[in-house]
Amino acid sequence: MVSNSLDCSIWVGSETGILKGISLKKKQAFNFCEMSCLSRDQEVCALGWGDPQESEVLVGCANGVVKTFSTEKGIFTETRECGDHTQGKFTGLAVTDSALVTCVESGLLKVWKEGSTDTVEMNAGGGVCRMRQNKSQRSRVATGGKENPLKVWDLERPDKPIFIAKNVAQDWLDLRVPIWVRDIAFIPDSDKIVTCTGHHQVRVYDPSSPQRRPVLEAKFGEYPLTALALPASGGSVVVGNTQGQLAILDLRKGLVRGCLKNLAGGVRGLECHPTLPLVASCGLDRFLRVHNLEDHKLQHKVYLKSRLNCVLLSSSCLELSGEDLSGDVEEVKQEGDAEEDEVWDAMETVTDKTKKRANEEPEAVVTEAESKKKRKMAKK
Amino acid sequence: MDRADLPEKNMDFDEESKQRTGKKKKGKGKKSTKVIKSEETIVKKDETEPASMDAAPEMAFPPTFSVSEIKNKQRRHVMFMKYKQEKRKVRLEIRKKRKKEREALGDKAPPKEVPKTIENQRVYDETTVDPGDEEVAFDEGTDEFSAYFNRLTNPKVLITTSDRPKTRTIMFCNQLATVIPDAHVYYRRGLALKRIIPQCVSRGFTYLMVINEDRKVPNGMVLCHLPDGPTAHFKISNVRLRKEMKRRGKEPTAHSPEVILNNFTTRLGHSIGRLFAALYPHDPHFVGRQVATFHNQRDFIFFRFHRYIFKNEKRVGIQELGPRFTLKLRSLQKGSFDSKFGEYEWVHKRHEMDSCRRKFHL
Repeated sequence: MVSNSLDCSIWVGSETGILKGISLKKKQAFNFCEMSCLSRDQEVCALGWGDPQESEVLVGCANGVVKTFSTEKGIFTETRECGDHTQGKFTGLAVTDSALVTCVESGLLKVWKEGSTDTVEMNAGGGVCRMRQNKSQRSRVATGGKENPLKVWDLERPDKPIFIAKNVAQDWLDLRVPIWVRDIAFIPDSDKIVTCTGHHQVRVYDPSSPQRRPVLEAKFGEYPLTALALPASGGSVVVGNTQGQLAILDLRKGLVRGCLKNLAGGVRGLECHPTLPLVASCGLDRFLRVHNLEDHKLQHKVYLKSRLNCVLLSSSCLELSGEDLSGDVEEVKQEGDAEEDEVWDAMETVTDKTKKRANEEPEAVVTEAESKKKRKMAKK
Repeated sequence: MDRADLPEKNMDFDEESKQRTGKKKKGKGKKSTKVIKSEETIVKKDETEPASMDAAPEMAFPPTFSVSEIKNKQRRHVMFMKYKQEKRKVRLEIRKKRKKEREALGDKAPPKEVPKTIENQRVYDETTVDPGDEEVAFDEGTDEFSAYFNRLTNPKVLITTSDRPKTRTIMFCNQLATVIPDAHVYYRRGLALKRIIPQCVSRGFTYLMVINEDRKVPNGMVLCHLPDGPTAHFKISNVRLRKEMKRRGKEPTAHSPEVILNNFTTRLGHSIGRLFAALYPHDPHFVGRQVATFHNQRDFIFFRFHRYIFKNEKRVGIQELGPRFTLKLRSLQKGSFDSKFGEYEWVHKRHEMDSCRRKFHL
């Protein structure tokens, strides 16, 4: 059991309450649960890493219990009561420094400090579908749901959200556009946030700009989008809908870059590998699929016997072959960097920059002069 | 014929055939490629065949001769008929020979070869349910049908149609109601399904069955398990109503029939099988001697309704009571009918899934 859990690189939570670990290296799947005490109350609603070393998996069950699974020991080490049935299922789990953040469907966002019993509570409004944490700024979380616009919270200032999205303008019939945020992701290295909605829109928000409406809106298909993930390469987003259509959308213009095929049922969980161009999807058709984002080919397909709710990828390499490849790639990159540095060192003697500036300035003057002329013309 | 010309002509022919195939591929797409393949195989056969025909002196063609390059249509036809006859003769001879051999060997004869069909060459499906599997057993034991299979509910079915049904669909619904016990046929009255469903739930119906029609012919069925799904969407074809059947029996009686579910092996197949099983009451009345059969073959589900009789200890007689129809699964949706916002457990995607003829989903 212990060695099994160490090998696993993909973790999947199922509707029957089983945590499954999949080792692509050995091509095996393991159930980490006692088969005798299965129940639908334990349905896994959210998964998350308990620590940055990825030795603990947090499992949010439908009955309000958060279990901690140790990948090193291969057993559940801790269970915590973080809510009850009445407030709905978990919509997200996150860990900040020494605190656990949970969010349930009723909109109750709670921060459970370690070692103390008191909690910080925030009300994100009813009908929350998803809560996600910003990976770079761990105290920021975003929530959104049905008739509940995107809100970004700073956990250190729990009274008010930092950012509340504004609904888009009314449509061509002058009717209000309904809100239904189904999944959220923070774009790394920028303030921007991507959401996908139940009305098949993908929207990009930019909290740093004064505009509270989306800066980009794209549409995909005709069915509700249920999950989204950001690939490591950036500039694009992978979305999945209830009919099992997966597409890669470009975030610059919102166009479809390609589709990932071979799914049979609705997507429930999507996750991209943090470094490799891979995306794992799971859903109602009981399969876990791993697609390559570069050639859009299916790489792995595993039948896991129950409907699957969420998926979690470890940042280590998924398999041996992948490991070798990525190792090579990294080495090559380092060499390349070194060479480039040398090149730049050699080039320092040339004074290109000043010349450029010299070139630029007169242009700017010209343009100003032109604009002045234009103004004059306008006045006349 | 000029023998010197032949090689060139052959070349021409080859090129032509290639061009033709190229054009066809562009024109029709996937389906036509298979046809072309068969054409090519015929051509190949033509080329290989003369080796056996060399024995007959009047049929001594050069080794790469094919009938299709004769330009005179009549002569080509005659030659082709001759060639076919020859082929048939050879085949019959081989069969006769084999039969004689079998008779000579008697008991020691090797077992007859099983003909290859796309069913016995089926691609292995990893979701095939193993009866001893705990996880699947638990999943099935706690799904939406568990209330029925734990004998907590009794089935009650509402049958309705799309708006303004025509005669054939109405008759089909009425006959379905005689085949399913405790079924009630209602006129749709232009109501939305989403508004019908809560009313059905409050009145204790466990199924909503909607027959859709196109050009006066029933062509679709939505089977929605209540109160909380799943919903299956089927295509209906080959509907034979009772009056169109030959040698049918009398009208079925009100006894609840026995149910036979054949060949539902995969996980999806199990779900569909359970969906059909839960349409019928728990304890069949064996006095009625009626059987409803859902037979799955190559993902088509054939429905038949029979009455049987034990003539003596060995022989059983069956009599078909009708109606008969064929179903094909289009999609299975979680939850009650919601085509816009519902989550689909399985959707039939023709171009992605039907790429292999030996792959079956049920």
